[in-house]
Amino acid sequence: MAAEQPHIDKRLTAVLGTVSDPEIPVLSIMEMGVIRSAIINEAGVVMVRITPTYSGCPAMDVMGEDIIKALNEAGYKAEVNLVLSPAWTTDWITEKGRKALEDYGIAAPLDEVADKAVLLGNQKLVKCTLCGSTNTKLISQFGSTACKALFQCEDCREPFDYFKCLK
Amino acid sequence: MNNNLYNYILGIADNSLILGQRLGELCGHGPSLETDIACTNISLDLFGQVRSYFQYAAQIANDGRSEDTIAMLRTERQYVNVLLVEQPNVDFAYTITRQFLFDVYHYKFLVQLQKSNDATLAAIAKKSIKEVSYHLRFSSDWIKRLGDGTEDSHNRIQNAVNDLWAYTDELFHQTPADKTMIAEGIGVDTLKFKDNYFKEATEVLIEATLVVPDLEYFQKGGKEGVHTEHLGYLLAEMQYMQRTYPNMKW
Ligand SMILES: [Zn+2]
Repeated sequence: MAAEQPHIDKRLTAVLGTVSDPEIPVLSIMEMGVIRSAIINEAGVVMVRITPTYSGCPAMDVMGEDIIKALNEAGYKAEVNLVLSPAWTTDWITEKGRKALEDYGIAAPLDEVADKAVLLGNQKLVKCTLCGSTNTKLISQFGSTACKALFQCEDCREPFDYFKCLK
Repeated sequence: MNNNLYNYILGIADNSLILGQRLGELCGHGPSLETDIACTNISLDLFGQVRSYFQYAAQIANDGRSEDTIAMLRTERQYVNVLLVEQPNVDFAYTITRQFLFDVYHYKFLVQLQKSNDATLAAIAKKSIKEVSYHLRFSSDWIKRLGDGTEDSHNRIQNAVNDLWAYTDELFHQTPADKTMIAEGIGVDTLKFKDNYFKEATEVLIEATLVVPDLEYFQKGGKEGVHTEHLGYLLAEMQYMQRTYPNMKW
């Protein structure tokens, strides 16, 4: 939806694209959909608004500091503010971001209905990130971080994380 | 400052704070790696939500109080969480039952809080409900697994239900601050979903082959700051660092 498109000044996209999620280093925070807006105000200060993935995500403070550091290095003064509304959803992860997750060994989120089915252990829909089989089973609804669940492939035996759908 | 709004926010946040602390006690002590991680992830979600509430409360107080001082430097009688959430982790069955009885309430509460006239509370609710839907799924799932599991797991979870059921009614008590906030369209009228709460909780317990206690008398007091003996110990551990090294920062 148009209202949910982040508003980012084109002069800043390259710099912001270098900042990654500290817990998933292959994923830039731009691809994660965490930056909701980044503008340069009249005083020349970059004003960035970010939204947390999960309320208690310990990575948010680090992301804020990393954004300021990257912008400072590019010669900008910057300020980062946290906004809660509208709440982040996994739909904001870009196609490029989903691909990066899968390449890193984290299965990208399914849609809401499928997500519910796999997390109740009712259906096998999550694709193994190693061999591509959907013959996978839920090990734990909560994984190494708040945003992930733990799965295992029944064909190649690979254990892997699944990024839970948040909507 | 708006005292009613401030107290109302504390009423919501203290439940999550104290339950989050209880779950945090299981870090490294859960019955299995997966359940250990689950309990601490739920704890983390709750603490995250608490931060949003207390940041807002500090803003309303506007007198130098911060999210940290509100969380860490009150005395026992100033915490207004319900008694249910301060009950100890006797065993995994208690942990799960306490979680389940709270999650059913918490989810229904946040559904309503999303419609609050207060934009900040509505935003926190919209953010939190996504996380709480996972908590509810996790605890309901375990209630059924343990209830309909082995003889031992069934007996343990039945014991926990028998003990903790007496704390459910307090979830629906309304303080004067609650009533004022409800009248102003900011607070949630919990009585509107009370029947639904007991219906849904009962359905899951029956599916788990458990017997729902038939009680005449329920425990209360937490919302007025009168707690069970367990809260003092919990606070002593939670506040230790801030009390010993005032103003310390990470
Ligand atoms: Zn595989």
